[in-house]
Amino acid sequence: MKKALSVVLTAAMAVSLAACGNDGGNAAGTTDAAAGGAAAESTESGAAGAGNEAAVGNSADAGSGAAAGEAFKIGGIGPTTGGAALYGNAVMNAAQIAVDEINAAGGVNGYPIEFKFEDDQHDAEKSVNAYNSLKDWGMQVLMGTVTTTPCVAVADMTAADGMFQLTPSASSTDVIENDNVFQICFTDPNQGAKSAQYIAENGLASKVAVIYNSSDVYSSGIEETFIAEAEAQGLEVVADEAFTDDSKTDFSTQLQAAQSAGAELVFLPFYYTEASIVLKQADGMGYEPTFFGVDGMDGILGVENFDTSLAEGVMLLTPFAADADDEATKAFVAKYEAAYGSTPIQFAADAYDAIYAIKLAMETAGVTPDMSVSDMGAALSEAMPNITLDGLTGEGMSWEATGEVSKAPMAVVIKDGAYTAM
Amino acid sequence: MNFLTYLINGISLGSVYAIIALGYTMVYGIAKMLNFAHGDVIMIGCYAVFLAMSRSGLSPLPSVALAVIACTLLGITIEKIAYKPLRRATPLAVLITAIGVSYFLQNMALLLFGADTKSFGSVVNVPALKLAGGALTISGTTIVTVAACVVIMVGLSLFVKRTKAGQAMLAVSEDKDAAQLMGVNVNATISLTFAIGSGLAAVAGVLFCSAYPTLTPYTGSMPGIKAFTAAVFGGIGSIPGALVGGILLGVIEILGRAYISSQLSDAIVFAVLILVLLVKPTGLLGKQIHEKV
Repeated sequence: MKKALSVVLTAAMAVSLAACGNDGGNAAGTTDAAAGGAAAESTESGAAGAGNEAAVGNSADAGSGAAAGEAFKIGGIGPTTGGAALYGNAVMNAAQIAVDEINAAGGVNGYPIEFKFEDDQHDAEKSVNAYNSLKDWGMQVLMGTVTTTPCVAVADMTAADGMFQLTPSASSTDVIENDNVFQICFTDPNQGAKSAQYIAENGLASKVAVIYNSSDVYSSGIEETFIAEAEAQGLEVVADEAFTDDSKTDFSTQLQAAQSAGAELVFLPFYYTEASIVLKQADGMGYEPTFFGVDGMDGILGVENFDTSLAEGVMLLTPFAADADDEATKAFVAKYEAAYGSTPIQFAADAYDAIYAIKLAMETAGVTPDMSVSDMGAALSEAMPNITLDGLTGEGMSWEATGEVSKAPMAVVIKDGAYTAM
Repeated sequence: MNFLTYLINGISLGSVYAIIALGYTMVYGIAKMLNFAHGDVIMIGCYAVFLAMSRSGLSPLPSVALAVIACTLLGITIEKIAYKPLRRATPLAVLITAIGVSYFLQNMALLLFGADTKSFGSVVNVPALKLAGGALTISGTTIVTVAACVVIMVGLSLFVKRTKAGQAMLAVSEDKDAAQLMGVNVNATISLTFAIGSGLAAVAGVLFCSAYPTLTPYTGSMPGIKAFTAAVFGGIGSIPGALVGGILLGVIEILGRAYISSQLSDAIVFAVLILVLLVKPTGLLGKQIHEKV
């Protein structure tokens, strides 16, 4: 009897583990299917697509598993599960849209692109594992990783392998220390400084408070430059409060300090999961300052069951607003909504631009899929500072040899439960 | 005035720790094992309330009742399947099993509910209390949390002192074999302990998530560890000890964060724990039980 029970339990456990594996497989499967739909659509809509190119024939090569040397293999890494899952999924989905558009339009240098995305749960160790498994798959260029802390770890690996790496959204300067890594998003110093400038120039507040995650490179990096720039701009920083990954559920103390110091604006340079708690707790204690976030705040409206009225009036600095009325943005948003049923956030736009930046660099450098990873990496790194891309997240984006991007930021405010350009 | 606010926040957080700590302390007192899966039972309780409220549209009270029932059943099931066969095994085997159950519950939640963060709407609809002309605000959640904690403590103390089942618990905690000889059904008593502890875990989880409204499959682990610390702090095995330990831990954590360093608050908590254990190895209210030879 006991033996039978333990056998049953072991079987249950095995099934649950297998189910875990299946889950990933299913997710990937659905993406493929959905992406396939998007590809079909992109051929239909033809030149109206955001790809800036006319669709040339129906290249059905995508995803058919071309042999080595016949297709460019681009890998992606980001959190598709866990606390930052919205970002990883947005990047994965949007990159797939871009890849399908490019393949439908005839590929890069005459070769199709294969794209594969791995989950890292916003964890450095899992990210390195994901990198290794993508390398086994034959990855030649890495589009990732999505979040900063894992990206710093993976950047060291790509530097050692000489692989070209373009991150859509990991914004720390630590990420681009190596010559082979480039960014689509602003660097943290840039985000912090631009936020402080924006607040000062628009007279949003004179007394500001900062709450930040001192155990996260991304958050503390922005905090540092924000404080420096705020002082230079004549803003008074009345409270500078930290929290850590181990104590990220209770912000009452930090909010209390900000409130009693009389802060009119609270700057929140961290991710939306914690930000949603901050908003809720501030509401509970009757504290109503202006909340100002950075790109990590993007996605707060997508948290299941979140009371969006709490986020009313929250401002954030982001280079992309889904309601912008230029043709490229409209086409991309429509395509994304049709394929995935949700409005794309900034990370999606970043990823879309990243794939097109890789394409442009590949064309400029004239690389072919049979080159070695390090040769291709060197050629692409050399080409990057010479290209100019009109993307969703900025007109005329260009890159320094250091990996930093230059483009203009934009502020959005949350109004009636949606991101609205200011 | 700031100090008072910090103190109230600390008591509120501490009350949640205290209710969770009860689960640890009762199980330890009676089964002499550390039930590390307790934190994850909390998480399951939160998901039960979340699903009942957001998906089925139930109102808060029936949802909480449903969660308590679900967690009670879960607690009894875990005890029957995972711990009961190990009743005579070494403490280490039981400990490892508890950790295994904890991982099992986390992964089951990952599978069932996904890893995305859910925003937990508060189940508490009590308006905030404004004192001293609005300078001091006590949120509705805080009032309910502290009140629930007091009610549970008093109720549990009465239960243990006044009822037959409670007396049986005391007897089993002192000497399992002697209790059995006196006609106490040891297995039923241990099951009852798990049932009560897990039911309380559901309540604690609901209160915790009402105050800190995000829900993931890992929500239970950190408060679980803190509450375990609180139980050791107050003296593991002692019901009033869980209350004292929980509240003190919450207050030290919040005051440490406010006045010393917001980054070191956890370090301060554990430093105080070490100091207490150095001076009083059984915890603040723990009893030294002498083994008679």
